[in-house]
Amino acid sequence: PSGLRAAYDMSTSALYNDQGGAEAAVEAGQESTPTSSGTGAAFGLFSTDFKKNEDLKEMLESNKESLKLEAMKRIVGLIAKGKNSSELFPAVVKNVASKNIELKKLVYVYLVRYAEEQQDLALLSISTFQRALKDPNQFIRASALRVLSSIRVPIIVPIMMLAIKEAAADLSPYVRKTSAHAIQKLYSLDPDQKEQLIEVIEKLLKDKSTLVAGSVVMAFEEVCPDRIDLIHKNYRKLCNLLVDVEEWGQVVIISMLTRYARTQFTSPWTENNEKTFYDSDSEEKKEQTEAKPYIMDPDHRLLLRNTKPLLQSRNTAVVMSVAQLYWHLAPKHEVNIVTKSLVRLLRNLPVCLPLSQLLLMSEYGMFEPFMKSFYVRSTDATHIKTLKLEILTNLANEANISTILREFQTYVKSQDKAFAAATIQAIGRCATNISEVTDTCLNGLVLLLSNRDETVVAESVVVIKKLLQTQPTQHSEIIKHMAKLFDNITVPMARASILWLMGEYCERVPKIAPDVLRKMAKTFTAEEDIVKLQIVNLAAKLYLTNSKQTKLLTQYILNLGKYDQNYDIRDRTRFIRQLIVPNEKSGALNKYARRILLAPKPAPVLESAFKDRDRFQLGTLSHSINSKATGYQELSDWPAVAPDQSVRNVEVIEPVRNPSSSHTPYHSFTSYLSNCQFYHQNETSSDSESEEESSEESEKTSTDSGKSSSGSENSSSESESEQKKKKKTKKAPQKKSKPTVTTPSFGPVKTYELLHHMTGKGLSAKYHFPRQPCLYEPSMVAVQVILTNSSDHSLEEIHIGERSPAGLNIHCFNTIERLEPEASVTVSMGIDFSDSTQAANFQLCTKENQFSVSIQPAVGELLMPSTMTEQDFTKEQGKLLGMNETSATITMATANTSSQAISKQVLSVANVGVVSSSQNNFHRFAGRTVSSGALVLVSLELKESSSALLTINTEKSVMASMLLRDLKQALTQA
Amino acid sequence: MIHSLFLINHSGDIFLEKHWKSVISRSVCDYFFEAREKAVDPENVPPVLQTPHHYLISIYRGKLFFLSVIQTEVAPLFVIEFLHRVADTIQDYFGECSEGIIKDNIVTVYELLEEMLDNGFPLATESNVLKEMIRPPTILRSVVNTLTGSSNVGDTLPTGQLSNVPWRRAGVKYTNNEAYFDVIEEIDAILDKSGTTVFAEIQGVIEACVRLTGMPDLTLSFMNPRLLDDVSFHPCVRFKRWESERVLSFIPPDGNFTLMNYHVSSQNLVAIPVYVKQSISFFETGPCGRLDITIGPKQTMGKTVENMMVTIHMPKAVLNANLTATQGTYTYDLTTKVLVWDIGKLNPQKLPNLRGSLSTQVGVPKPEDNPSLNIDLKIQQLAISGLKVSRLDMYGEKYKPFKGVKYLTKAGKFQVKMLCTAHFSTNWRSEYI
Repeated sequence: PSGLRAAYDMSTSALYNDQGGAEAAVEAGQESTPTSSGTGAAFGLFSTDFKKNEDLKEMLESNKESLKLEAMKRIVGLIAKGKNSSELFPAVVKNVASKNIELKKLVYVYLVRYAEEQQDLALLSISTFQRALKDPNQFIRASALRVLSSIRVPIIVPIMMLAIKEAAADLSPYVRKTSAHAIQKLYSLDPDQKEQLIEVIEKLLKDKSTLVAGSVVMAFEEVCPDRIDLIHKNYRKLCNLLVDVEEWGQVVIISMLTRYARTQFTSPWTENNEKTFYDSDSEEKKEQTEAKPYIMDPDHRLLLRNTKPLLQSRNTAVVMSVAQLYWHLAPKHEVNIVTKSLVRLLRNLPVCLPLSQLLLMSEYGMFEPFMKSFYVRSTDATHIKTLKLEILTNLANEANISTILREFQTYVKSQDKAFAAATIQAIGRCATNISEVTDTCLNGLVLLLSNRDETVVAESVVVIKKLLQTQPTQHSEIIKHMAKLFDNITVPMARASILWLMGEYCERVPKIAPDVLRKMAKTFTAEEDIVKLQIVNLAAKLYLTNSKQTKLLTQYILNLGKYDQNYDIRDRTRFIRQLIVPNEKSGALNKYARRILLAPKPAPVLESAFKDRDRFQLGTLSHSINSKATGYQELSDWPAVAPDQSVRNVEVIEPVRNPSSSHTPYHSFTSYLSNCQFYHQNETSSDSESEEESSEESEKTSTDSGKSSSGSENSSSESESEQKKKKKTKKAPQKKSKPTVTTPSFGPVKTYELLHHMTGKGLSAKYHFPRQPCLYEPSMVAVQVILTNSSDHSLEEIHIGERSPAGLNIHCFNTIERLEPEASVTVSMGIDFSDSTQAANFQLCTKENQFSVSIQPAVGELLMPSTMTEQDFTKEQGKLLGMNETSATITMATANTSSQAISKQVLSVANVGVVSSSQNNFHRFAGRTVSSGALVLVSLELKESSSALLTINTEKSVMASMLLRDLKQALTQA
Repeated sequence: MIHSLFLINHSGDIFLEKHWKSVISRSVCDYFFEAREKAVDPENVPPVLQTPHHYLISIYRGKLFFLSVIQTEVAPLFVIEFLHRVADTIQDYFGECSEGIIKDNIVTVYELLEEMLDNGFPLATESNVLKEMIRPPTILRSVVNTLTGSSNVGDTLPTGQLSNVPWRRAGVKYTNNEAYFDVIEEIDAILDKSGTTVFAEIQGVIEACVRLTGMPDLTLSFMNPRLLDDVSFHPCVRFKRWESERVLSFIPPDGNFTLMNYHVSSQNLVAIPVYVKQSISFFETGPCGRLDITIGPKQTMGKTVENMMVTIHMPKAVLNANLTATQGTYTYDLTTKVLVWDIGKLNPQKLPNLRGSLSTQVGVPKPEDNPSLNIDLKIQQLAISGLKVSRLDMYGEKYKPFKGVKYLTKAGKFQVKMLCTAHFSTNWRSEYI
């Protein structure tokens, strides 16, 4: 077989360019399907005629499915190997309507590859796809659109446009996703369609499905990245969906949002130079700036907060994109949180990309604790070694320099000489940056001069030269030492450096310098050009300082230079001669020769070669190649004044019945999230379980509609809260500056039984209080009900029937049309309990049956947490004394004495907020009743021997006593 | 986005190409071959290359280059991560990712690539989803397929694509329900000549093999989650639960997957399981040197150290080694200059020792670069960081699964710098600091 393989290799290489011969094709086919029935072999081995792929054509035209399939597999094998099989197009395209799915798929693959070349024939297949676009199966619709849009034939542009528009409105999110991809394909085929495509993009951007989000943003980036206005209304939605979008979509969305944020928010970076700038300015202006402290836009904060968890993603691209987002958008003191993740990337993926960001950050000395992660290993690739070295150099400071230098010493001995040289450069930089170690570094470098390796020595000389220039006064010893070594150094750059040093400081080494010049005069002709130039320089400088000893030597060297082959040297020689040797022509310049040649020269700045790499957005291709790639979108500078924030508010779609009533803005995000039932936000496992068990069908109908409606509700409640915050600013400024949501802790959520499946004839229901503000009406308590069908037949029309007491205000869930056996669904309700623990009774109905059920809330569930400062708390408490105060002395269970345990116990009983306390023995909690908004203040004073005073201040005295009872029970039991 | 993909073998043959947009001539790879020539080591090829009209981003895996062609701005890591995902998928499907296996399954691989990207943007990359669309080959199925002419292409859309749990296929059924977790830790360390730790940290990974019916919702908790310094998760893990409770709550993919990667930093004290006494010296005069290495157990928590192996990259001047090992065998590869000492199990009573002479090239200056020892070892039933799984709970399903946890400690990049008693001044440090 090996001989055969060799023959095959020869034939393929020979035939590769002439359209792939039959022999090669058939053998390739065999190789690709070793387990095939072998029908092809009979055809192939001896068909040496000129008709190419004749056998494949025959197979495709036969009646047997298996033969066709076999042929198609071989053809796809040919495509994969990059061999031409376009002449088979007519035979292949006939099979496009085949019933056999696999055959059909392979034909699709072929079509996508060759349609561009065989446009006329490709048109034959279009009608098949048009038919498939109407197929009831979403998979077939999607793949038809995929293939149709991949056929790059300009004639079908109108058909594609129509198909895209239809698919964008498809019920299936998968088809809509495919349409987003098709937009990009059509755009690249015919950019004139841009306007129409933007309309489709605009529509798809509104899509609430996590499946579509990434793809449509991708389309946005390709087609109309400048239409930032399309993002406004979708900004908050995208931020909130982000964690549930698939990984690749996350990368694209984050990158787009980075760009967006830079145009919409003001800079969070407090500028240090601001003050000095204004100091020189008028007093008035100074006052103005002080009057306006920076407050981060809540939307800006939302983006930062929602991307942070993604740092824990396994996908390095996602982590990198979050890291760059923080770098470009976060306040400088928050950027640090990404270092840990970047260091992780570095370990998992040995590429230089995360390193370059770290490099930038290292200039700010951001992650010294991770210093050891940047130690170079002998196995690292060269470009990684140099970057690590750069970072270590940037991180060096007085405290760690000795550790770093010790590490550098081992690098100098590396067998990779280019790296060793770079290390020496780095030592030089450390020496100039940190004055404490300049001398030690210099000594070390001098020792390196006796190294056996030339590159090391040469690099040391060059670095020493630069170091000496910075402080030339004290180092004549080193110059002498270098003069001694001069004979052994052969690298031209190093020789030139030493000569330059000699010349520059010739007055410090008056005895040695002329001697070196003498030696040089002997070898002048054999030296490299850069060395010759320095010899001429040295000669000139010595002539000026010590002409007695060196006059002849200089003249000799100048004569040699005059006839040098290199015009540069001839030129220099002529110039120097005119400058230093006085004659009648030279004129006035001669007087200044000394001042020209021996002028004090500024010391060179030892700089990183990686400076100025921050022109581009981090993590982009442009950044890694340090030049602008096609399609790169500039990251704009922060606007001086933030554009209108209200553009991101979304219109109220769901009617809010009582918009003017007082309702705290808190939890708006969380309530949205939990209602949307997305994976990562599910707070209890029971939630996710019920939802994920539901079959595909019910998913499509119930969850999908649920998503979209609750999505818009969120936006409405959110925008409303936003407006409210603005109104409230005067009264409660602390609320505006701190929009962070007090997320309910993941404590055990108590679930109560609403309907047992025995009494419910298969329908069972459980409920719990999600402790979030009710979306439907602020005075309602949110309740989540999980309905499960445990019967063997599907239940229809589940809804809420009669309720009592008659005036009971309930917001019912939408009727559930159908619940399959074993499936379950979570729905949200709102119930106005009017601040009483009286049970809400209602009927839960299916098509056939009605069941009376009741929800009795624990008193603690009738509250909403309220945030206030300790001062406010005591002030409010002062107003609620006497009748409004209920208290009891209780004996605390020993397990509950820590403040954490107390908070946990209290929060498990009542939905209140913790008030931070300055005293250790005092614990305070504040809340408001949901319905009337009355304050409920709970305080607990710990006394000796586990006794404690529990006080509740509220005007709702009935609630107070009930709450006291519940709290007492919770705190006293172990 | 990603325009084309070329798979290139070690000797520079392109054996597979796939274009997601219009076809790009394979001559674009010439730029890559040029860079490949320049970088002596395949790992040293720059991952991002710029050519006049395209950008080339490549990875090197399993002796193959995965080379993608890009035309417009895209995050390079995005492409690199995707290329790795392609390699992972091939490995997952066929058991290994090599030239031979790809050539044998070229049609399946091509179909996979077709599904993984649409117009250069990832479409389906979850192994569970892909497997429903294109079934992995099994011997039985290929026999059946040949007889019946039937396909290994699924005809329905995988449910995973549509649900909130895209990584899990629906309708999973097993007669034996089992969930296994392997906690595997690697010690990365650099010990200096005297044996003190310069740098040590632990890379951990939890590999899971979950075969559970239905839609189980698992919660895995640790005895000591605070040990974990930095973690990264499979997308199935709920970030919020981890943040608030330090438990891993997830609906697992079906089959094998990496649940979590973690890192125990050098701030915590890392136990070093072995110690090494070694010396290597070269004489200035005469073509020879001496080598002496002894290895013994240090902090092993009472477990046996197995699969001990020492690898030394000798300086180029070392021609041959004439050594005796009290335990195990050694080999010296004359061309690559690599000395491998395979020790096996470490016996605390009788410490293994390797000593003898090295012959060096005459006339060549004595090597100055100290070779370093790379150590390989394994300790079963021990996670060296002390991490312990405390329990695994399952919600959402009624049956009782069989649960198991295994621990394993390995050496990662474990280097010991050698004590080199050469005669030139190696320690300018004393004067230096």
